[in-house]
Amino acid sequence: MNRGTQIRERLILAAMMAISIVPFVGVLFTSLHPQGTVPAGISWPESPQWSNYLEAWSIGNIGQLLWSSTLIVLVVVPVGLLVCTMAGFALGHLRTPGRVLISTLFLAGLAVPFESAIVPLYYQAEALGTLNTRWAIILPMIGLLSPFGVFWMSAHFRGVPAAISEAARMDGAGTTRLFLHVHLPLALPAISTLALLQFISTWNQFLVASVLVDDPGLRTMAGALGAFQGQHRTDVVLLCAGAVTIMLPTVVLFLFLQRRFVTALLAGAVK
Amino acid sequence: MSAPDRNRDRAGLLWVLPALGFYACFVLYPLTQTARYSLYDWNGIGEATWVGLRNYLTVLTDSTLRDSVVHALILIVFFTVIPVSISLLAVAAMGRLRTGAFVSAARTVLFLPQIIPLVGAAIVWTWMYSDQGAVNQVLRAVGLSGLARPWLADFGTALPAVGLIGSWVSTGFCFVLLMAGTGKIDPALYEAARLDGANATQEFRHITLPGLRNEIGVAATITTIAALSSFDIVYVATGGGPGFSTMVPGVQVIRLAFTTGEVGLGSALAIVLLVLVLAVVVPMQVFNRRARP
Repeated sequence: MNRGTQIRERLILAAMMAISIVPFVGVLFTSLHPQGTVPAGISWPESPQWSNYLEAWSIGNIGQLLWSSTLIVLVVVPVGLLVCTMAGFALGHLRTPGRVLISTLFLAGLAVPFESAIVPLYYQAEALGTLNTRWAIILPMIGLLSPFGVFWMSAHFRGVPAAISEAARMDGAGTTRLFLHVHLPLALPAISTLALLQFISTWNQFLVASVLVDDPGLRTMAGALGAFQGQHRTDVVLLCAGAVTIMLPTVVLFLFLQRRFVTALLAGAVK
Repeated sequence: MSAPDRNRDRAGLLWVLPALGFYACFVLYPLTQTARYSLYDWNGIGEATWVGLRNYLTVLTDSTLRDSVVHALILIVFFTVIPVSISLLAVAAMGRLRTGAFVSAARTVLFLPQIIPLVGAAIVWTWMYSDQGAVNQVLRAVGLSGLARPWLADFGTALPAVGLIGSWVSTGFCFVLLMAGTGKIDPALYEAARLDGANATQEFRHITLPGLRNEIGVAATITTIAALSSFDIVYVATGGGPGFSTMVPGVQVIRLAFTTGEVGLGSALAIVLLVLVLAVVVPMQVFNRRARP
């Protein structure tokens, strides 16, 4: 590759990076101005008010929000992984009767907008008595994420050679043992990618959280962020400080696991 | 096939059951209920009156509701056409070097808008677009202060401004997806083309573009679903306003069902939205699959 091409490539990448990053810089700078002021555009404050973050943390109840989102994710992701892996195994590997029909049914779910199910989900949660509890988010999220999860895991199991199972069957292994001892270890990379994708979808879920739960302290991070915006939209500085604080855990996690995140999102898209 | 084999196969149904149960209870059953509500005039509390297809007629004739569907279609330009075009141009203009610290740093930065919640993107841009925000700051700095305005509060600019938030979110993702795709194209094809005296444009048209068909199809499908069923960005940035100038079906469904007490009408719009997404996405998918080698 010649030098000219290399320079051009870097310029293009740099320009695209700048577009992605400038709005974040704007919010960061704005969040450090004195509260109650309206800074002009993107400008570095004369004396940065780092204490804005402490205040946003306590006003926004961020500790509680992190805890709430974590609780929700800690149920949605493990249960989601379990049921989707089991179904993927049955649809992708076992000769389950009706598997084509069932797979198509799940596949159709990939295109269902959450808005098309949300109104009945509200009355359902009311009837189940889960409205305004974390369960109102947890239960539907497992269902709403299942089409992609089942699709993803079946695709993995379809790629596993049948010979592997036949050898284990010869040794007299039943379906459960076959799954636990032979297929589960092989599926771990696919499962961990799915875990990351389900984590992002749940953590960033706004519609379900804001319709089914009133108290931001019981919502996911995105739902809480929406509520914070609703309450503090007039104080730009505090809003920016709060937004940065609420988004920071996700961004830090992303930077730690960036390679896995990027690979997961790309793989999840292309499958 | 021997008898115990068949038994094992039937046991597969038990393995599908938990996922199918969640899917049926929290997606399929609610969808049937949305369809049922859509045939009634119901305020969510009192008696429901059967109205047949009248709610659908309202969706098609009421200008506010029909406009919301049109806005969702316009958003495809911003969520899909612009990001995919920019990414294609960038990929075409770039060499084929896909490794190195700079490229991997770029991948990370370009993915940031995709990682944060859409609500966050909306908040960030609401500030950028505000009267005192960065967009107007830049315009005033280059002597175009006549153009400066509160972009999200202006009837003429609110919809494109909201759409561009979607462009910002999707472009990095589309670009990284296409960049990964070009890495899979056989370099021998480019060498052969160069030997035949092909110029850069011909190379792009005859090698890069066909080689990226799959990735383009995926990027287009995902972003089109996001455009049609958009909710978070619009709800947070404008709430559908000013007036109804940025109203989209997703936000309108919630407004009708939970604010104005028109559950039946909202449900009809929700079904129209579902049909619209399927009508656009299914042909795209069929086209993609057929295009696969």
